[in-house]
Order: sequence, then C-alpha cells, then structure tokens
Amino acid sequence: MVREMDTIAAVATAMGSSGIGIVRISGEESFQVLRKVFRKNRGGEWDEKDSHRVHYGFIYDGDEMIDEVLVLVMKGPHSYTAEDTVEIDCHGGILVMKRILETVIKNGARPAEPGEFTKRAFLNGRMDLSQAEAVMDLINAKNQYAMKSSISQLKGKVSEKVRDLRERILYEIAFIESALDDPEHISLEGYAGNLREKLEAMIKEVKKLIDSADNGRVMSEGVKTVIVGKPNAGKSSLMNVLAGTEKSIVTEIAGTTRDTLEEHIQLHGISLNVVDTAGIRETEDVVEKIGVSRARSAASEADLIIYVVDGSVPLDKNDQHIIDMIRDRKALVLLNKTDLDMVVEEEELRRKTGHRVIKASAKDETGMEELEEAVKSMFYEGEIDFNDQVYITNVRHKTALTDTYDSLMMVMRSINEGMPEDFFSIDLMNAYERLGTIIGEAVEDDLIHEIFGRFCMGK
Amino acid sequence: MPYLEETYDVIVVGGGHAGCEAALACARLGLETIMFTISVDSIALMPCNPNIGGSSKGHLVRELDALGGEMGKNIDKTFIQSKMLNESKGPAVHSLRAQADKQDYTREMRKTLENTDHLTIRQAEVSEIIVEDGKIQGVRTFSKAVYRSKAVVLATGTYLNARCIYGDVSNPTGPNGLQAAAHLTESLKANGIQMVRFKTGTPARVDRRSIDFSKMEEQTGDERVVPFSFSTDPESLQKDQVSCWLTYTNEKTHEIIRANLDRSPLFSGAIEGTGPRYCPSIEDKVVKFPDKERHQVFIEPEGLYTNEMYLGGMSSSLPEDVQHAMYKTVPGLEHVKIVRNAYAIEYDCINSRQLKATLEFKAIEGLFSGGQFNGSSGYEEAAVQGFMAGVNAAMKVMGREPYVLDRSQAYIGVLIDDLVTKENHEPYRMMTSRAEYRLLLRQDNADLRLRRIGHDIGLVSDEEYEKALKKEKDIESEVDRLEHTNIGAGKKVQEFLMNHGSTPLKTGATLAELVRRPELTYVMLTEIDQGFPYLPEDTAQQVNINIKYEGYIRRQKQQVAQFKKLEEKKLDVNFDYSKVHSLRKEAVQKLNLYKPMSIGQASRISGVSPADLSVLLVYLEQLRHGGGKESGDERRI
Repeated sequence: MVREMDTIAAVATAMGSSGIGIVRISGEESFQVLRKVFRKNRGGEWDEKDSHRVHYGFIYDGDEMIDEVLVLVMKGPHSYTAEDTVEIDCHGGILVMKRILETVIKNGARPAEPGEFTKRAFLNGRMDLSQAEAVMDLINAKNQYAMKSSISQLKGKVSEKVRDLRERILYEIAFIESALDDPEHISLEGYAGNLREKLEAMIKEVKKLIDSADNGRVMSEGVKTVIVGKPNAGKSSLMNVLAGTEKSIVTEIAGTTRDTLEEHIQLHGISLNVVDTAGIRETEDVVEKIGVSRARSAASEADLIIYVVDGSVPLDKNDQHIIDMIRDRKALVLLNKTDLDMVVEEEELRRKTGHRVIKASAKDETGMEELEEAVKSMFYEGEIDFNDQVYITNVRHKTALTDTYDSLMMVMRSINEGMPEDFFSIDLMNAYERLGTIIGEAVEDDLIHEIFGRFCMGK
Repeated sequence: MPYLEETYDVIVVGGGHAGCEAALACARLGLETIMFTISVDSIALMPCNPNIGGSSKGHLVRELDALGGEMGKNIDKTFIQSKMLNESKGPAVHSLRAQADKQDYTREMRKTLENTDHLTIRQAEVSEIIVEDGKIQGVRTFSKAVYRSKAVVLATGTYLNARCIYGDVSNPTGPNGLQAAAHLTESLKANGIQMVRFKTGTPARVDRRSIDFSKMEEQTGDERVVPFSFSTDPESLQKDQVSCWLTYTNEKTHEIIRANLDRSPLFSGAIEGTGPRYCPSIEDKVVKFPDKERHQVFIEPEGLYTNEMYLGGMSSSLPEDVQHAMYKTVPGLEHVKIVRNAYAIEYDCINSRQLKATLEFKAIEGLFSGGQFNGSSGYEEAAVQGFMAGVNAAMKVMGREPYVLDRSQAYIGVLIDDLVTKENHEPYRMMTSRAEYRLLLRQDNADLRLRRIGHDIGLVSDEEYEKALKKEKDIESEVDRLEHTNIGAGKKVQEFLMNHGSTPLKTGATLAELVRRPELTYVMLTEIDQGFPYLPEDTAQQVNINIKYEGYIRRQKQQVAQFKKLEEKKLDVNFDYSKVHSLRKEAVQKLNLYKPMSIGQASRISGVSPADLSVLLVYLEQLRHGGGKESGDERRI
C-alpha cells in the first residue's frame, strides 16, 4: 500500500526576534491536531467548515497555556499545499515558536523536512517544478532586486529564453541526424560553416545569461564584502557601525579578531555579506596566523574589498602586502581615524592603491554615508535596468548554463578541427540536455532531491 | 481430435531471418527445438534487397555475430561484393554492407540449420496457438497436428493474411508468390493479442541483358574486405567481387508517376496498411520531394548465377504498364525487360507494446515474438529480434534470468527498447540517429561490447571469448604505452611530420599526442616509433579510435552514466499508477498500459512528460524516506 501523506508541521517564519511567528500544519489530521492544542477565547467551538476564517484564542500544552494566538484554518484544496492547513500566528520569540511546534508535534504532527510544504504543493499539482524553484528563490531572496528577478522567473522569462535556445540547438541536431540517415536528400555540404555562425550567436546569448547569473547571485546571496587592513586599523569598529551591533570585539589590542566574522547588511537595496577579518600582518602567534590566512582567502573570494587604513600611523610593508593583494580587484579604501592626527595622505593612498579613497572615522561614524554611496555606485554603475533583463538567480541554473556554454564551445572546437559532422551532435546534445534541466524538460535523477532539499524549513 | 502429438522445448513459427536465429539459438543451447516454415525451400529467403547490412543495419549484424548469431557468418560465406559505407564520416557511422548471392545465402543457412543438433525443420502452416491459464502450451497446425512446448517464438514475418498489390491487381499471397498464412491471426486475436496492418514494398527485378551499363556509374566493392563475423579470417574473404551500378530518375520519370498517382493503390486507398517513411516507394519520394530533379537508382545483381538485377530505390505499387513506362525513362534502362514486377505487400503484425523488453508477451507467459511480426522492417532488424526472442525463450525453459540489452549497450537494445516503449505506426527501421550513444556503439567494437554476454548466454565459445579478452588487453596496454612514450623533436620525427603536412614539434610530445592530430593516424607511427608492436588490423584500429576520439568518447560515457542512473531507478511492473494523485490522467493511462521497468523506460513513453517523471521521482523519494514513520516502507513502486 502506498502511504497517504501524513500531517507535518514547521515554523514558517524566520526563527528570529521578529514580532510575529507562524507555525504551519498541513495534512489530513491538521484539524484534529489543532482541536487538541487550541482553545477559543470564549470557550466556544470553531467549525472547520468555516474555512479561511481567523480564530482568536490560546495554545495549550495539556493544561498549560503557552501563548495567545490567531489561528487561520484552510480546508484543502484551497491552501498552499492543497491539503487541510492550519496556520498559528503566535508571538515571534524563538522560545515561544519552538514550544508551540513541540506541542503540535506531541499531538500528532511530524516535523516537516526542508521544503516539504512546497514539495506537497508540487505533488498535489499546485505548481510546476520551475515555479517551485522560484518560490525557493523568493524565500531566499534577501533584497528587492532579487525578489523582482525571482518573480520574473516565476512568470517564465528565463524559461522563454532557454526554450528558444533549446529549439535552435535541436534544429541543428535534427538536421545532422537526418542528413546521416538520408544522405541522398539532405546534404551536409558547407554545413560546418553555417553551424559556426549560428553557434557564435548562441554562445553569445548563453554567455550573457551566465553574466546575469553573477548579478543574480550578487542580488540573492548578497555582495560578498570583505574588510581587510592591518591589526587595529578599525575594521571591527567599521563592521559594528555597518551592522549596528557589537558583534566584533573591539579592543585597543592589535590582533583581537583572530578569525573571520560575518554579518548580513542591507545597503540601498543591496545585500552585503560583510566579513570582518583578522588583521593582516606578519605574525608568529599560531592562532593569529590561522586568522590571517583565513583573511587572505576570504579576500580572494570577495566581490568587494574594503581596505581600512589607520591614517594616524605611517604605511609599512604590511600595508604594501595588502595593496598588492587588492590590485585589480573591486575595492574601496577607507582612510580611518580622521578623529586623530593624520599622517597618511589621501592622495598618496589613491595613487598607491589605484582605488577610491574615502575619509572616515568609524569611531565618530563619519564618512559612512559616503562609503554607502560608493558601494552602491560600484555595483549599479552603467545603470542596469533590473526589470527588463533576464537574470539567473539560481546556482543550479548557473551551473547548467556554464555546462551549456562549455558544450557549445566544444562543438566550435570540433568544427575548427575539421571533425566529421556526426561528432557535433554529441556536444550539441549535452547543451540541449543541460538547458532542459533548467526548465524541467530534462529529468535528472538527483534534481528533485536537490531542489526540495534546499528549501528552508518553513515552506 | 488431434491426430499427432509431439513435445518440444521450444517451437519457432517461421523460417525467415528471425526464425532461423531463434531456432539456432535454442537448439545450440541444447533445447529440443522445432522450426515451422511454410516452405523449406524458402528458409532465410531475401525477398527484397539482395544485400545485408548498410547504415546502422551493419551494426546490428556485427552485434548479433558478437552475441553468437548466424547472419554475419552466413553473409561472409555468400557475399559477392562488400563495402564499408560512410568512410568520410566519423567511425560511429561507418557501416558495412555486402551484396549477397540470394540463392547461395538461403542454401547456406539451410545447410547450417539442417546440420544443427536438436533442431527439427517442419514444413507446415501453424494455424493456432494453444494457451491455458495465461501460459503457452504449444501450437496446432492447419492439418490439426498438435505440438506441445514450454515456449513458442512467433516469427511469421510478412506472411500473416498477406496481400501483394500493384495497381488494381491484388493477390492474396506472401512475398514472391509464396503461400500466405491465413489462419493464425484469428487465433492470436482470440487470445487477446492486438493486431495491426503494415505494408512494405519491393522494386522490379530486370534482365541484366536488357541494361545499357555504359550510361551508368560503376560501383565497385572495397579493395580490402572487412568480414561481418568476428570469427571469419579476413584473408579468406579477399576475392573477386561483382559491381553494382548507379543511375538516376529524371523529370520524365516523375511526370509519368505524377500523371498516374490516381492509379496507385496507396493514394487511391486500396492499401490500408502503413508503410515505412524511411524506405519509401518511388511515388512517395516524388510526392515528398517535389523539387528534387532526380533520385538515385542502384542496379544490384541478385546473384552470380542469375541475370536478375534489383532496381534499388524504385520500389513501387503502380500498375504494371506504368512500371514499364517509368523504368524505361531511366538512363540505361531504355530497353529494360522486367522479370518480376514491383509490388507492395500488406500483412498483419502486432502492436509491439504488448511485449516486455525480453520480447515475451506481457499477457501470455512463454510466448515470444521477433521480426517483422513485431512491426519492424528489414532482414537485420528481424534477425536480431529473432535471436533475442530465441535466447529469452531458452532462458525461460532453462529457468535462467532473461537477457535485456539497454540503449547504451547495443543498437539491438535501442531497437527493442523502441519497439516495446514507443508508439510505432509504421514498419520500424534501424537508423543511426535512433542510437543516442553511437560513438560507443560502433560496428568495429561490437565484439568488445558483447562477446562477454554471448559467452555468458552460452553461444560464444571459450576460445572466441578469450580472443576478445586478449584484444581488449592489447588495446589497453598499447594505448597506455602511447600515452606514456615521449618522442623528442629529432630530425627524423620533424621530417615525418612535415611529410604528412603536420606542424613540427617545438619540444617533445607523447606518441598519443601525435595520433590525436587530425592529419595523422596510429599506423603512420610505424615510421618513427621504435616500439611499434604491429598488432592485428582490427586491434590497431581500436587503438587509433580510442586515442583520437578520447575526449568525445569520455563525454559520451558521461552521458551514458546519466542515462544509467534513470534506468537504475526501478519501478514495480505491478504498480497501479492511479494511486499517484498528481500524475496527469494521460500519464496514468500510459504508465498503467506499459508498466515500465524503470524511470528511464517511463521517460521514453510518449504521453509521459518530464513533469510526470518529476512527480514520479518525488513520489519514489517520498516512499523511500519522506516521513516514513508508519511502515518504513522501503519497497519500490
């Protein structure tokens, strides 16, 4: 026998200190579970036929009242999962939400796996695979631009483009194949030259999509910003100012930050993943050494480097190391500690690093606006219009596109090496298949797991 | 009352290319086998083209040979011209084709059958199959004799309710005027087997003395003949060959055809069967390619001891007078005398989706089928199915596991998988484009791919198997040597490169790097390679291909790995798909009808979309561990 879908539950909002949290229950026994844990305010009964109504009351674990809640009851199939669904709006503390979830599970639900709500929505025919994936991107998108892009993917802009490319590739495969089987009527004479021209166009388009994927990643995952500088240059202070919390330990002792710290910051609609690093200097301290090498590797992966210079002490060979490191990278230089006597010249620093220099005092929080403006303009230079272009925001899609690009380049190579035409179709086929995985028209065995496995718990 | 009762292990119905392979396979495995044929004189008859092999069909023959079939050996004994086709293209599409002496071909095959132990040949028309409780029990002949057996292989070719047609003439006969089998269809239908009607056709045979060859292009055989069979010594085949001839139709031919289309039984509706798109009659071609000014006509001898010549490319079912008129417009055929008319033939065959991949009927245990009866076309397609049906019938009788080749193993696997999973509305013809992994499925490496399986089945001798193993080892060690042998940029090497239009070396290179250059080949290295081992020609060829196309082969292998993953996701053939709520109705119907063995096979069923497969995959996942708190149900669907 096939097991019916059982009843699952999870916290649907971020486990954080938000004002309101939602615990969601879905499945055949949702209403029974609710009956056991929920008591209406005036002790009256609630009727499950009263679908899509909000009820006010309390969640009880046995006789113990846990929280004052609003409950939304939705009878299937008119719910996200198309199953009977209950949403409990509670107070948003981590402890409260956890407690309610535990109570619900004690009374017959089972914890949902990552992505299971959406998996059910998909299984119950509420959405197709690429829509399900876009939902995930929406959930994960941390800023407005990424959200717009996810929405346009939901509408099918990416699909449209990919479909068009696939059709063109398929035409070429079909042509080669039919010429092989019916050489009398279909000639391959001069075909390689023809194909080269068409390939060039396709390769360009795929490349463009891949480039957009980089923007897409920037949008949905945030710009990876790494703060570097000598010990005690004020990196942690800067990070704290940007993040608005005292996350890094700020002391007067050089070498305090011995590892890398991360913080997610919103800046003019751009997500910044700011990584505070240990100061970069030559050191004998083993622990500090590890921190320094992590700092170097973080910097090497960064989209943007903010180099913090203590303007009150002269530049030395440690600074020179950093200057070498950030050459040819996207970087900004923050000339810090303007509140003290400055010995480093702004102009000198600009000349040495080749990057824009901003004067600031992390301690007095001056120069911060300028810094924000600079970051913003660096990423939106050229005034990219986010609404009209197709953006790839999904890592899986990007990988598929990169593979497609490689395959098309292989075909190009085969043409240039004068290989017989039947060899072209091997790589054309690979390109075709890989594109197909983006829009769900080619099936990969591990795809499904990957997609739903990456969903956050609540959806 | 039955007047005679005999018992065999396996009964084979039909003595054509499928029937012969089925019967030989069973008898050679030691099973008592009887093969029924309507005419013993027509065993392994070639009623259409006088050749074996050709594009992708040549692959089938070599694969069959590697598995232990007979067709390759038989054509090696009886060929009168041999040619490797497509040599200007990649090695994947090289294909062997040989002209046969038709009578000799039949005679040799008959001789082999008659001298095989455990094999009985019987001339009789089988009119009924005997089925009890969904299991085959045997057959009954038209004269009411009963033969009992544990398995039956149906290989009736184009004989069931056959009808030969040209113009308004319609004869109820099998090919070549042979008696048709008029009774079996009813019995099959009564046992729930779904029948369809297909048609195919053949061109006229003409008198060699009435042809003016001076107006045609001569087509000679290859200087060095490559055998079909891996067991044949190439030296034994180097002999004098006959020529074929190429000429063309012209506007005048097409005018005559167009003017008489209304008299064609195809267009008038007199023929109800569906014909093959890929083996079209001349009238089909004229209609389909209205802009083509000419079509090829190959004039091929039917044998050494006959003046009959076959007009390849001009099959037709037009009336006799139109045939005369149209053939005479072709250069060289102005005074042609027709010996036999062109005709179309219509016959009963099955919807092959009723078969498992083992070629056993899903609904009738022990009943197998192969060849044109399964809706294919061509001698080679028939032979390989007959062989697989015979092998699996034998396995059933012996209580052994069946053999199913998949699409990454052989063209045979592609052919059978297509037949049992895809909608097929016309006679199925093998084509290179049908094989996804054709760079791996080359005709030159069929032995390396399939000897092991043939040996495992029991139809390839230890000696032949060891030969393949040795070849494999030789290839491997030679490739390894070439990859690891450096050659300096010495004077001799530079001269060698320049002589072959290749760029001189700046520093040293491995020998393999040289082989990879488009303008060089492995055998050329004899000039500069001190350690050149002089391997047999077929082994040397493998070394060359493996090195030269290494990158492509690797990528194709990755494709196969991906393919295998889906093939390995097994489905329960007894599963009821209506239990999966979110599958579309059409998909549920198709899946319940076909009962695929794997997600891979399901993906090839028309009407099952990738979205349906995603649903199935998620469902499988769900069963495996998606919240399996109730039963921990591990069983597959």
